[in-house]
Amino acid sequence: MIPQIVVIVTTIKLLFIPLYHSTDFEVHRNWLAITHNLTLDKWYYDETSEWTLDYPPLFAWLEFVMSFIAKYFDPKMLYLTNLNYKSEMTILFQRLSVIVLDFVYINSVKNLSTYVGNGKLLVFILLVTSPGLLMIDHIHFQYNGFLYGLFLHSISHVIRSNNLTAAFWFAVLLNLKHIFLYVAPVYLVFMFRAYCFTISSVDGVHTPWYSFSFTNLFKMGFTVLSVVGLSFGPFIQHLPQILSRLFPFKRGLCHAYWAPNFWALYTFVDKVLLHLAIKFGIQAKKTEASMTGGLVQEYEHAILPTITPTVTFVLTFVTMVPALIKLWYLCADRRYRVMSFVRCLVVCAGCSFLFGWHVHEKAILLILIPLSFLSVLGDVDGKQFLILTTVGNYSLFPLLYPKNLLCIKIFMLLTHVAIAFVNIPTLYEPAKVKGGRRVRVLRLPLLKQTESLYLYILIFMCVYENSLHILWGFDKTLPFLPLMMTSVYCSFGVIYVWIKFYHYFLTFNVSQVPTLCSVNLAQKYKKTT
Amino acid sequence: MTRRADPDKFTVTKEALLPGLLFAMLVRWCVAAYPYSGYKTPPMYGDYEAQRHWQEITVHTPKVKWYHNTTQNDLQYWGLDYPPLTAYHSLLMGLVADWLDPESVRLFASRGYENDFHKTFMRWTVFLSDIYFYFTVALCICMDAERVLGKEARDKSVFKRTDIATTLFLLYPGIILIDHGHFQYNCVSLGLFLWATFFIIAIENDTLATIFFVFALNYKQMELYHALPFFFYLLRKCFIGMPLGRGKFVHFVRSLNKLAIAVVSTFVIVWYPFLNGWDNVFQVLNRLFPLNRGIFEDKVSNVWCMVNVFIKLKTIYTNQEMAKTCLLITAMAAGPACVDLFFRISKKKFVPCLINVSLAFFLFSFQVHEKSILLVAIPVALHLPEDPFMCFWFLLVSNFSMLPLLVKDGLFIPFIATNLIYTSFYSICLRLSQPNSGYFSIFNANRVAKILQPNKKDSSPLLSFLSLIFFFSIIGMILLTIGTVFVEPPPQYPDIFPLLVSAYSCAHFLFFFFYFYYQQFSLPMCLPAVTKVKRK
Repeated sequence: MIPQIVVIVTTIKLLFIPLYHSTDFEVHRNWLAITHNLTLDKWYYDETSEWTLDYPPLFAWLEFVMSFIAKYFDPKMLYLTNLNYKSEMTILFQRLSVIVLDFVYINSVKNLSTYVGNGKLLVFILLVTSPGLLMIDHIHFQYNGFLYGLFLHSISHVIRSNNLTAAFWFAVLLNLKHIFLYVAPVYLVFMFRAYCFTISSVDGVHTPWYSFSFTNLFKMGFTVLSVVGLSFGPFIQHLPQILSRLFPFKRGLCHAYWAPNFWALYTFVDKVLLHLAIKFGIQAKKTEASMTGGLVQEYEHAILPTITPTVTFVLTFVTMVPALIKLWYLCADRRYRVMSFVRCLVVCAGCSFLFGWHVHEKAILLILIPLSFLSVLGDVDGKQFLILTTVGNYSLFPLLYPKNLLCIKIFMLLTHVAIAFVNIPTLYEPAKVKGGRRVRVLRLPLLKQTESLYLYILIFMCVYENSLHILWGFDKTLPFLPLMMTSVYCSFGVIYVWIKFYHYFLTFNVSQVPTLCSVNLAQKYKKTT
Repeated sequence: MTRRADPDKFTVTKEALLPGLLFAMLVRWCVAAYPYSGYKTPPMYGDYEAQRHWQEITVHTPKVKWYHNTTQNDLQYWGLDYPPLTAYHSLLMGLVADWLDPESVRLFASRGYENDFHKTFMRWTVFLSDIYFYFTVALCICMDAERVLGKEARDKSVFKRTDIATTLFLLYPGIILIDHGHFQYNCVSLGLFLWATFFIIAIENDTLATIFFVFALNYKQMELYHALPFFFYLLRKCFIGMPLGRGKFVHFVRSLNKLAIAVVSTFVIVWYPFLNGWDNVFQVLNRLFPLNRGIFEDKVSNVWCMVNVFIKLKTIYTNQEMAKTCLLITAMAAGPACVDLFFRISKKKFVPCLINVSLAFFLFSFQVHEKSILLVAIPVALHLPEDPFMCFWFLLVSNFSMLPLLVKDGLFIPFIATNLIYTSFYSICLRLSQPNSGYFSIFNANRVAKILQPNKKDSSPLLSFLSLIFFFSIIGMILLTIGTVFVEPPPQYPDIFPLLVSAYSCAHFLFFFFYFYYQQFSLPMCLPAVTKVKRK
């Protein structure tokens, strides 16, 4: 059934071609022009457009290659000074390039789904129909599908114990988009424990230091460094310039509109305190600072201490450490190594999403996509996935603000969520006993009453934001209220899922694993070993 | 009302129901993001403007003046030419529009009013009408089709599973493209018509069926295409269940009276504001059936349009003569199906008869519009679970026949996309019942036939031949589509591609006309269950 589903999903993408696209469209057009016209040493210096090249070199190479195909569609799009140029052929070419590169993603998902015992097709559908990817890539315009395709490809090599290949692809990925640095520690710990130590133990506590293999360490280091060298080598003289482009710390704590993370809550509390302070006549440090309007660069909190990049880094790192230590021990056991690895990816992506500096709302995909894969492999994973896929994708809605996209967003999310809610519980719930179960009013499958309620309130939020808010005339006085509501409300959900999942991961005990799903994985191991 | 199946055995298969319904809605909204007919083309615009104009007229003028040419109501500019229910529907939407955005329905000033907000509003009206009239009935019909199957047979025919059948029915591209892309409210009239059909084939409540059919007729006069099967079927049913001996006539009159009262009273209620004089009624009728409009508009894939290529009908015959000829030939084409339904009645024949009669009307009647093919396509979509291969083929051709219209509206991408989605979903259906079938099994008639008759082993040469024709038919459609969109027509024949599309579809429709006639005649007679059976 896979070809049919691929055709359906691809046609939906085709339908999106003439719809709204964000400034990222112009960003990528500009990069095509930069890489096509300029020599290598000027790529990272050009400032004709405000959208300068700020992806790592391999991505620039990709744009370079694509620009040669672009020539046949419309050579004018490659003129450097042709800012905001969007002829029909340009749009067609750019959209098609995303759709075609998405086949990398589809292929990786297909390969990955073969390792799942129960629910092969389900995991394929869930990943391929991810509304977040469809919205960001095919309406908003970015190349995430391709990048996550490589990410999943790397994970599938980890599953097959091809650690070197996995590391190679991950290194390539890092050189395409550096956002994946967020999960690099997980790779580091995993490769160190699972690849550089040749002996695995079953009890999970003892670390056989004597089995440390310098050959493997060398092989691993050589693979990764050669990729990085190939990518950054030609730019060796311009390294400081590139780095300043890649890591712009001039930007603020939160993105233009707040990603639903810990800082959204923090800033929200700060705002509330500020209002209270004004009401009670207490002098605040600063009285007015708009956070939600447009391109905000830096922001100082009024009441609570202002956050600096260092704080966010320390916090991110500190929250990651327990998970990484746990992963070290879990990696000892060959049978559950892979599952723990993917779970740790989710946890650490969560840490960096919640506490990172200048986090984009799109980064939620970094949690969602590995979690989608896990959703068919364990009941806790499945349950957390159900919550997070609803909340996380909902939190992306403000990204596509034109009103005519509203229903497309809503029904895309609903279709995806319906597939998840109808099918995932059938994997875990015991067969129905006749008349055995009580009727639970409006309770979603697998979820608790409060969790269901939380998700139901999203419907009211959606109605409020899109009709009542304007109808009651608040759009004049409080234009940013809907955005803030979405971020703050969704951040509760994301933090809840993260804590639950973190707890699940830390208390994960190999002897109590629900083996329902891992049977097939275990068989794969037998074959490979 | 009788319940034929044991209700205990009935469970809806619902694994894919919710996702399927939501997906059908998603596709509708994706199409709705595209332009509508007459998008930014003054002075007359298109169907979108017509609908908006009707809202304007119905909100601001008194009911009796709706169909009259007055100073406030210029009938030359998209005058109301649908029956009263459409007008009421417009009034309702107009009132909402008046509340949300009064500018959009201001008398005269609002002509050619277009903006994003208004487009979204209009799309919502279609969407909600679609959900209310069309989705509901599709679900009801499919649930009933599964219910009567019983548990044993249910696993065998995937096309009768509620979730699959409903989704496939709702994904039919024609109605999505015309209603949500081109902009019309066919979902309302067709939904009402489907409700009437539902009351005949599932519930067997003839009175309700009559009432709903009259509603459908009063929404769009085009529903007359379906009137004959309803008439003959219900008339024949009045003869069923006659007592032996005396009282036959009384029984007949009594059952007929019931229906007649339903028809007349529904008509009276709907037409009430216009019943203050014969002039008024005739004016409305005159608006509904404009004989002076000519035999067809643009390029329609019916017989007259094809004949017109060789003999210029419009110049030789007057409209009156032409109308009479059309009436005669249509009657001849539709007659046998009706007579067969009347004398060899069977509930299973009802839908094939609907197909035949409406196809006859489409091919031979007067003033046919290319969108009228939907009136044939919906019964065919209903018939699909019985005969998937041919019905699917017909439905594809029906979409294809509307291609020139859709390309003109800027709906080429949605046309391709919805057809691909529909084909893929159909292919998924085949795959669900036969796990070893691939994407292109849709071309294999033998394989499709096996879904209905799993025990059949050998493949029949006739079906293999049909598969081959189907394959070439698809290839032809693809080539013509490419031609229509990408090839510049020679200057002396600017309309060559629309004409070729029409001719190609017309040839198909004639073939299907014979095929469905054959289907209807080969079904045996079977008296419908008598209502109110007294069990002892």
